Amino acid sequence: MNKSSTSPPTADPNAVPVLEMRGITKRFPGVLANDNINLDLQRGEIHCLLGENGAGKSTLMNILYGLYQPNEGEILLNGKPTKITNPKDAIAHGIGMVHQHFMLVPTLTVTENVTLGLEENKGLFIDVKKPADRIRALSKQYGLDVDPDAYIKDLSVGMQQRVEIIKTLYRNAQILVLDEPTAVLTPQEVDDLFHTLSQLISQGKSIIFITHKLREVLKVARRITVLRQGRVVGATTPQEADSAKLASMMVGRSVMLKVDKDAAKPQAPVLSISDLRVLSERRTVAVNGVSFEVRAGEIVGIAGVEGNGQAELVEALTGLRHIEQGTVKIDSAVMPNESPDAVIEAGAAHIPEDRHKYGLVLSYPIRYNMVLSTFDKPPFTKGMSLDEGMITKNAKDLVKKFDVRTPSEETFAGSLSGGNQQKVVVAREFSRPIKLLIASQPTRGVDVGSIEFIHKQIVAQRDAGAAVLLISAELDEVMSLSDRILVMYKGKIVGQSEAATAKREDIGLLMMGTQKN
Amino acid sequence: MTNTTKPPSPILKVWDAIWTPLLSVFVALLIAGIILIITGANPLTVYVSLLEGAFLKPGAFAETLTIATPYILLGLGVSLGFTAGLFNIGAEGQFYMGAVVSTYIGYAVTGLPAIIHLPLAIIGGALAGAVWAGIAGYFKATRGAHEVITTIMLNYIAFALTDYLINGPLRGKGSAPRTPDVLDSAILPKIFSGSDNLHWGFILALIILVGYWFLTKRMPLGLQIRTVGANPDAARYAGINVNRTTVVAMLISGALCGIAGATEVLGRYQYMPAAFTAGYGFDAIAISLLGQGSPIGVLIASVLFGAMNAGSGFMQLQAGVTPAIISVLQAFIIIFVAAPAIIRSLFKKN
Repeated sequence: MNKSSTSPPTADPNAVPVLEMRGITKRFPGVLANDNINLDLQRGEIHCLLGENGAGKSTLMNILYGLYQPNEGEILLNGKPTKITNPKDAIAHGIGMVHQHFMLVPTLTVTENVTLGLEENKGLFIDVKKPADRIRALSKQYGLDVDPDAYIKDLSVGMQQRVEIIKTLYRNAQILVLDEPTAVLTPQEVDDLFHTLSQLISQGKSIIFITHKLREVLKVARRITVLRQGRVVGATTPQEADSAKLASMMVGRSVMLKVDKDAAKPQAPVLSISDLRVLSERRTVAVNGVSFEVRAGEIVGIAGVEGNGQAELVEALTGLRHIEQGTVKIDSAVMPNESPDAVIEAGAAHIPEDRHKYGLVLSYPIRYNMVLSTFDKPPFTKGMSLDEGMITKNAKDLVKKFDVRTPSEETFAGSLSGGNQQKVVVAREFSRPIKLLIASQPTRGVDVGSIEFIHKQIVAQRDAGAAVLLISAELDEVMSLSDRILVMYKGKIVGQSEAATAKREDIGLLMMGTQKN
Repeated sequence: MTNTTKPPSPILKVWDAIWTPLLSVFVALLIAGIILIITGANPLTVYVSLLEGAFLKPGAFAETLTIATPYILLGLGVSLGFTAGLFNIGAEGQFYMGAVVSTYIGYAVTGLPAIIHLPLAIIGGALAGAVWAGIAGYFKATRGAHEVITTIMLNYIAFALTDYLINGPLRGKGSAPRTPDVLDSAILPKIFSGSDNLHWGFILALIILVGYWFLTKRMPLGLQIRTVGANPDAARYAGINVNRTTVVAMLISGALCGIAGATEVLGRYQYMPAAFTAGYGFDAIAISLLGQGSPIGVLIASVLFGAMNAGSGFMQLQAGVTPAIISVLQAFIIIFVAAPAIIRSLFKKN
């Protein structure tokens, strides 16, 4: 292992590791989730666990957290073999877990959430003052600015994550496991998080950082362990590796990280939006007088920090949200307000931001999910009745064409991995002739191999003459996939540029509402 | 971790669907048996007499099926609501409304041949039930009013309204508060010539049962209703009109309950009495749960509930226990079906 000059002074590779997982094997019926995995964590380091969805990262961490028992192997804490039988055990041994989906009660305060379930809370009365003071002290010590009396529902996602981290520190965690911590954060919040992490390790905490984002791994890790199909396929450091190498380790073959596409040949406008005004769920103005066009044969990307009206814009365009003012035209037809079927009828396809909420019926087999918006039309309905044969055949074809990894088309959508669920959505939306594609966060929570595939499919739709509107919180994705970039800030389009000449820094500034001089 | 387990085989699926209801009935029988022992009765005698009264005595099985008839239709009505994600507690009210309108058409409309009069009376009942449930569906779709609240309120209105009608404008000439007899042309004829009451309403219920299966499993409308029930957001995204589907599901649900009312007055009573039912519409919620939403399940559960009601009289005579024990038995079945976790932990099923 390379000694790294950037590692903090507390990390000594020859010391006894705070955590060692030796020969961990975990079998589920029909699946070898972890196959003889070795992993060690030194005091004061960030160890990145990199792997695609389904590579076994979560299983390994669930074993560490006591949620699963390994079939073989042992866990050593500070050199001592330790049996961890449940999360309470794990917490008692100083292991803290920050889940990707936060485990917070929105209607309770920070203090109440942090102390929830603790012994000191078991009496008849709850002492709020002492815990609040301790939370303040922890916030100060680790630079985790948070108000103990604030309600979770009033906090931003980045703040909520801080609360989750404080929760582990409050329980005296020495080892922090962060599961895909940046998946829900804005670029600025990611920077804040990385700052927090460096504070934590400089004060002797140790961190396992689970991710599939290569840029982050190279930025924060001291060491990197790559998992694939339940096995450790390699261990490396940011000094030795680059994105391409990590990606090929993860996927098992070389991956095109750069989107391979020719110059766009834009035709006539397909989507024309003028002076659009849309309200958010909380009745505040989310989209404020937005006008733009998307032409056939081009990809227009909307960059912006999440929460600046992109979600509401997409919902308004796809008929899912009421339009207060302005018009949406597809070709020359004005779309009726709040009418998803009219938008579909006009030739639009939509990859929704939240595939669990909108994109799929998780309790349905893949077969039905593949015809969600078309099952009542021929060829899937014949006369009065569904043509189950056609529905099954359609699903079989799409599963093959879009490389959905599933035992069968009868499998419930809910039991697929994130990447495969997204492929089902993409397959369905691309299976009908489309004039306009609205792709919202099309690769969120999707593994590298699937990202490459989905990007290729989107470019293929453009080349086939579709107008593509891409909305993504990942600036890299917008920059590499788009032909033209719009920047959205506080409900308005604040900037526009050709992708070929756009500068990352300029767009970043626009995203934060700063105009360059 | 990717879940690579295969979908269960059809046999396993069927087993899974009948496992919980079967064990629920079994455990309920055991517990009711213990209660019987405590009260000094011999549960074996009680259950044997119940079986005799429901199936073995002459005409007993026909009586069981007679009572099962409205149960089947009401059970399907409630099940369709569940399929659409709607909790239709108003089955009882829709049942009343169907019954009263069918009765009125049955005696007040004269001069029609049976081939027109009978279907007209049944359709009238279906429409009445549909309208009654449709009100709740409409307010759910347009105003977001929760259907549990509105259907409960509509129940009260239906009870009071039918009570007023039977005691007032629709009251017959006799001393008891009841409507006049339905005309012969509107009667659902008896199937057998014996002393039992089994009428063609039962056959109608079976035909509708098959239609229900076809609707929910084979028709695009059924898949629409199921999608709205499973994930309304995804349904909307896919271009399904969720509001319209909600109203349509409520209309069909109410129509089924209304037809149940029609069969009861046109087949079993041939008039509408003031004290009409003992909560069939509420039993139907239990029947729907016990039947796990499948038409066959609803049929079996309906026959079971029909048998318990039909056999309770003979059981009381023979074993000398109060028919209230039937209510206890049914209550336990409902508890176990509604909380399958209890049964699973009792039998250590993963």
